[in-house]
Amino acid sequence: MKRLIIRKKSRKNFITYGIVLVAYIALMAVVSAGAMPSALQGLLVPMCAYIIAALSLNLTVGVLGELSLGHAGFMSVGAFTGCTAAMALADSGLPVWGRMIVAVVVGSLLAAAAGVIVGVPVLRLQGDYLAIVTLAFGEIIKTVVTNLYIGIDPNGLRFGFLKPDIGLGKGGRMIVNGPNGISGITKISSLTAGFIIIMLCLVIIFNLVDSHSGRAIMALRDNRIAAESVGINATKYKLMAFVISAAMAGAAGALYALSQNTVTANKFDFNTSILILVFVVLGGLGNMLGSIVAATVLYILPETWLRQFSDYRMLIYAVVLILMMLITNSSKVRMLLAKLLPHKKSAEKEGEADA
Amino acid sequence: MSFINNLINGISLGSVYAIIALGYTMVYGIAKMLNFAHGDIIMVGAYICFFVCSGAGLSPILGILAAVLVCTVLGIVIEQLAYKPLRQVTSLAVLITAIGVSYFLQNAAQLLWTSNPRIFPAIFGNGGVQLGGDLTIPYKTLVTIGACVIIMVALILFTGKTRTGKAMRACSEDKDAAQLMGININSTISLTFAIGSALAAIAGVLLCAAYPKLIPTTGSMPGIKAFTAAVFGGIGSIPGAFLGGILLGVIEIFSSAYLSTELANAIVFLVLIVILLVKPTGLLGKKISEKV
Repeated sequence: MKRLIIRKKSRKNFITYGIVLVAYIALMAVVSAGAMPSALQGLLVPMCAYIIAALSLNLTVGVLGELSLGHAGFMSVGAFTGCTAAMALADSGLPVWGRMIVAVVVGSLLAAAAGVIVGVPVLRLQGDYLAIVTLAFGEIIKTVVTNLYIGIDPNGLRFGFLKPDIGLGKGGRMIVNGPNGISGITKISSLTAGFIIIMLCLVIIFNLVDSHSGRAIMALRDNRIAAESVGINATKYKLMAFVISAAMAGAAGALYALSQNTVTANKFDFNTSILILVFVVLGGLGNMLGSIVAATVLYILPETWLRQFSDYRMLIYAVVLILMMLITNSSKVRMLLAKLLPHKKSAEKEGEADA
Repeated sequence: MSFINNLINGISLGSVYAIIALGYTMVYGIAKMLNFAHGDIIMVGAYICFFVCSGAGLSPILGILAAVLVCTVLGIVIEQLAYKPLRQVTSLAVLITAIGVSYFLQNAAQLLWTSNPRIFPAIFGNGGVQLGGDLTIPYKTLVTIGACVIIMVALILFTGKTRTGKAMRACSEDKDAAQLMGININSTISLTFAIGSALAAIAGVLLCAAYPKLIPTTGSMPGIKAFTAAVFGGIGSIPGAFLGGILLGVIEIFSSAYLSTELANAIVFLVLIVILLVKPTGLLGKKISEKV
């Protein structure tokens, strides 16, 4: 019986890997055949970044069961540190993929560090109090990054806070310029980089969930008191999930920033955190494939299909969002729909996990 | 003198936060949901008042009444259409729906009223009460602080003394038991939304009287901060929301006056974090012991 469950689970995981792989190959084929409009092509890497962010938030919200409203803060840390690393190494002769790897590693390491700093106090709280503190940290990170100045000269990196004058030597240049953020970024991230990071995140998440630690984390989610009473160290396992999640968000941030011309701290505000949360909840808590699909559809939809409605597109997006939540969650609305569409199967199975 | 001025400004801004936070806390207490659309109802209220006063040239009192009326109806409609079908499901699903409603209101406002900033009229006049020396308290500040105190006292009396108010408290404590006692849960929740939205309308008018630039996203940041204030004071508690709102306003004005304007928001949130670490259920929040 147990083996059957495990086999079923890993089959589901392989389906997820497979779908991502097929989607990547298909996209690469379309791109290299030149059949993709350039406007859409520019959306591919940010889309990957949002998928990674959604996966990482799903680890916090779906697997760990804690609501985080400041996830964009970790993306911000990853974006700014990763981008700084990539730009500082611009003249080092490192190949593009080398710089990309350095950027993603630096971004996720520093985001993980931020995750520890935020996680230690935050994870002592519960429920909505925890949510509001993650929101507060997200806003603090945004404010700090807005006032951060980083430059580079032959002596190395120079940092400044609140003051734009950081005493750059000869031949120095600014990288992070306070409220103006980073501009003139060399776009070195690519669809392939995005694909590799998505696959890595999936491997990490699936293996974590199936491991001893993962079961401890989910036990804490389902019943903290029972889990603690059998000797699970709540702080350790919660922090583990939270920091891994933060590190992945950092990688997403670095990937995103290196696909743009400019990034500012305001890009990663409360609304971005909420956007990622919407992907996660609509995709299904704890369901990684769901997060990927929801992030893809909801990121691409307002930019493409909804364009025909021009000014009304965000209004329609809002209505779609509300309707989707009503249809997937309310039995009454579903019954009403079943009456309206008599031939449609009304019994939709929902893989609902409790929050 | 500047210290007293800052203190008064802080209390005034805090009063606006407190009124919004009172609405948040009432809705949270009874429906156990974070109503993210609350901040956007503030914006709708402010626009309605703007059009009645500046557009139609009617008196400010009519403007405030119209704003309260429209927002109350709007609150009830939103509750009936978007939240009521989701009474039984997880709070996260309702949260996302509330976010959808918030997007909807912001974008509808953008379409109807464009994103060009409107300058809110000085509906309480430009004068003030002279208090010796160069210290003047503007009328708008007095009105704001007065309104906040009146609303808080009224809410405490309402929830403490009246039948409907007691029904409301009963619902927030135990819905099933309240229903068995013959309380109509649905109408009680709708009433709570109506009160919360009416408060949001008043807060919108007062906010724009103090900070006259009105755009479709005017309500978002005060909404988030008021939500913070409600948590700060202990969410679900009426005096807590009042205290949290006032403290938040004072901290914000003081940190931008004495420490750094750029970092004011960060300092506000940092204080919140410290308070929650010391008192994990807010200043006046009840400690609920967990049942095993």
